[in-house]
Amino acid sequence: MQHQMEDFIRALRAADVKVSPAESIDAHEAVARIGYADRELLKDALCATLAKSEDEVRRFDRAFDNFFARDPFDFATQPPPPEGGEAAPPEARLEDVSEEAAGSELAQIILAGDSTALTQAMEKAAQAAQVSEIRLSTQKSRLTRRLLDEMGVAQIEKIISQARRLEGEGGNALADRLEAGRKVVAAEAQRYVQRQHDLYAAESGRQLREELLARKALNAEGGIDPVDLQMMQALVRKMAKRLAERYSRRRNRARKGHLDVRRTLRQSMAYGGVPFNVVWKTERVDKPKIIAICDVSKSVAAAAQFLLTFLYSLNEVVDRMDAYAFSGRMIPVNQILDEHGVDKAILEVLRLIGFQQTDYGRALQDFAENHLDKLDRHTTVIFLGDARSNYADPRLDIMRTIHERSRSVIWLNPEPESYWNQGDSVMNRYLPFCHLAKTCNTLDQLERIIEDVLRQYVPR
Amino acid sequence: MTILAQAANASPPMDSFASVDALVQGLAGVGYIASRRIATALYMSVHLQKPILVEGVAGVGKTELALSTATLLDLPLIRMQCYEGLDESKALYEWKYGKQLLYTQILKDRMGAELADAAGMDEAMERLHGMGDMFFSEPFLEPRPLMKALREDGGCVLLIDEIDKSDEAFEAFLLEVLSAYQASVPELGVIKAKTPPIVFLTSNNVRDLGDALKRRCLHLHIPLPEASLERRIVASRVPDIEARLTHQLVGFVHALREMDLRKSPSISETVDWARALILMHADSLDPAMVRDTLNVILKYEQDIQMVEPQISELLRTAQTTP
Repeated sequence: MQHQMEDFIRALRAADVKVSPAESIDAHEAVARIGYADRELLKDALCATLAKSEDEVRRFDRAFDNFFARDPFDFATQPPPPEGGEAAPPEARLEDVSEEAAGSELAQIILAGDSTALTQAMEKAAQAAQVSEIRLSTQKSRLTRRLLDEMGVAQIEKIISQARRLEGEGGNALADRLEAGRKVVAAEAQRYVQRQHDLYAAESGRQLREELLARKALNAEGGIDPVDLQMMQALVRKMAKRLAERYSRRRNRARKGHLDVRRTLRQSMAYGGVPFNVVWKTERVDKPKIIAICDVSKSVAAAAQFLLTFLYSLNEVVDRMDAYAFSGRMIPVNQILDEHGVDKAILEVLRLIGFQQTDYGRALQDFAENHLDKLDRHTTVIFLGDARSNYADPRLDIMRTIHERSRSVIWLNPEPESYWNQGDSVMNRYLPFCHLAKTCNTLDQLERIIEDVLRQYVPR
Repeated sequence: MTILAQAANASPPMDSFASVDALVQGLAGVGYIASRRIATALYMSVHLQKPILVEGVAGVGKTELALSTATLLDLPLIRMQCYEGLDESKALYEWKYGKQLLYTQILKDRMGAELADAAGMDEAMERLHGMGDMFFSEPFLEPRPLMKALREDGGCVLLIDEIDKSDEAFEAFLLEVLSAYQASVPELGVIKAKTPPIVFLTSNNVRDLGDALKRRCLHLHIPLPEASLERRIVASRVPDIEARLTHQLVGFVHALREMDLRKSPSISETVDWARALILMHADSLDPAMVRDTLNVILKYEQDIQMVEPQISELLRTAQTTP
């Protein structure tokens, strides 16, 4: 049973229920207390010790039912009733075939039609074949074969062929029954492996896919597959939630443990100068304000969409977020984002400003004229663009102003660093005015950079 | 010594914790109708001596569970309401500053007399040390809920209500209390509970709790109950109510929960409503009666406006629910 608990905990982990070693010890203690006899009780007790949120409770229930489902085999290997009242010839016995056959456990189980024994044999063989180590769906057929080998199916096949060669009708009848039994066992083994796959691997397949998507280039040729796009958007939200969880927890005041003399004295006035109330210094932690300025020309549009999705999903942690988009001219997109949602906003922005020729200087000038007052010491400015300005004036002077006024300027460039100063790219001329400039072409990189931004606001 | 051993010595034998079924019955005896999952979690928590973290929407009976457990075991209940800014000095202990100040004044006046017969400087200092230590001793200690719970030798039920409203720092501070049932006071040393209290933490999910805290607790999520369970709860809480009215009322509330409301009515609202209807001598629901009492179950004006035109229809659905 120890082994079963371990497998179950592994199944839970595969189903994305976090189980720490300490919790698994709790679970074992709980089981030691209540035993395995009452299934409902076992389920409730394990649920209390292992699943730690509403979401996890739901996943726990599903995993439990899956794991402990033991539907009985359909084990119909009894010989069919003789047709037409004709008495069937007596069946040969295993001992008649060979000595080896007589010793075959599986053959005996099949002939006895003992489904409980078969279940046990299969569990034992599964442990030997390490079926529960299954990770990928492509392993299914190989593991099924290993499982059957462990159960001794090869031997059964040998017995069948030997039985067919026996003299008289009895040999064939025995062979037929064994043959039918073998089929049931094979089907059952397949089902068993499938179930193990559902328990341990179904989730990890999805995880693998997410990992790949997180590293997929956003400006790939031919755009992103619509199916992937949906999954990536979900992924971005998940990443944002993770960051929000991590950083919203540090938002509260950080106590410094210093006596606030001024306020203590003031408070003591009421008590004739006796400091009854001692006041300690506190420090407020400000939430980040973010201004995102996105190039939405064709090469950057996809990345811009993910950046916006990301920032918008962070609304718990971010105090204020203003988004602007440009290709030739610049427009604020906050309203568009509110009305259309992030998914459709980029299309709407493109409809409004169209595919104009990219002009960074012009866009910066628009920003300086209309929105410069949005900048203050608490603001982080995130630029997203390839800095390819079609040889127009890059307006470094405005960039300098932005740099001076804001807390930090971050430039995300979808192009790899080696391309940064080639052709019409003015990236290197903007660089002095950025606190941080990074290549950002996958969701992974995006997450890391945004985390950097959030971390700046956390007191050390 | 565990609570159970203690309780067994003190009061009538506590068979209620012998098995989960007995516990369900015991809780029912003090007016708390528990599902098996709730009872199992409580059973495990008492036997494994682990705190239990209870989650669920407001009004499903999280706090009530702690109260009922205290009644069932006949133990004192110590309740600590969490809020933002709650800290050690309000949760664990505080020094009585005022009293300490007064003591200083007295000390100052008496100092000359006390030290007059001291042989030399060293002896005077020695005596002074003795007086100084008095400052941080039991008479000047103001125990707060956690300390009270730890010093309750007969055991108690400690309810830490709405832990999600407290700061993260406080959550970390709780870890010592929850895992070892002890607290450190620098001036006095470690205070350890003789009988570990039964600890309930409740949370409304205002924010996610840290993994460290969750790991130390058993977890119980109380969902909104099924109709049959809720009928039993209403019947137990409002004994005079007629079965037919209970049936209608619970059906209606369940129909409401299907709707897209800002705040769905939970158990406490159902019970309040049942009480209100009894006060109004209603023996069955009719649209006019529902309209008049709707503000008992719905707490937002928009919700009431949304439900009002559909009352008759909802009543019809309520009749058909099993």
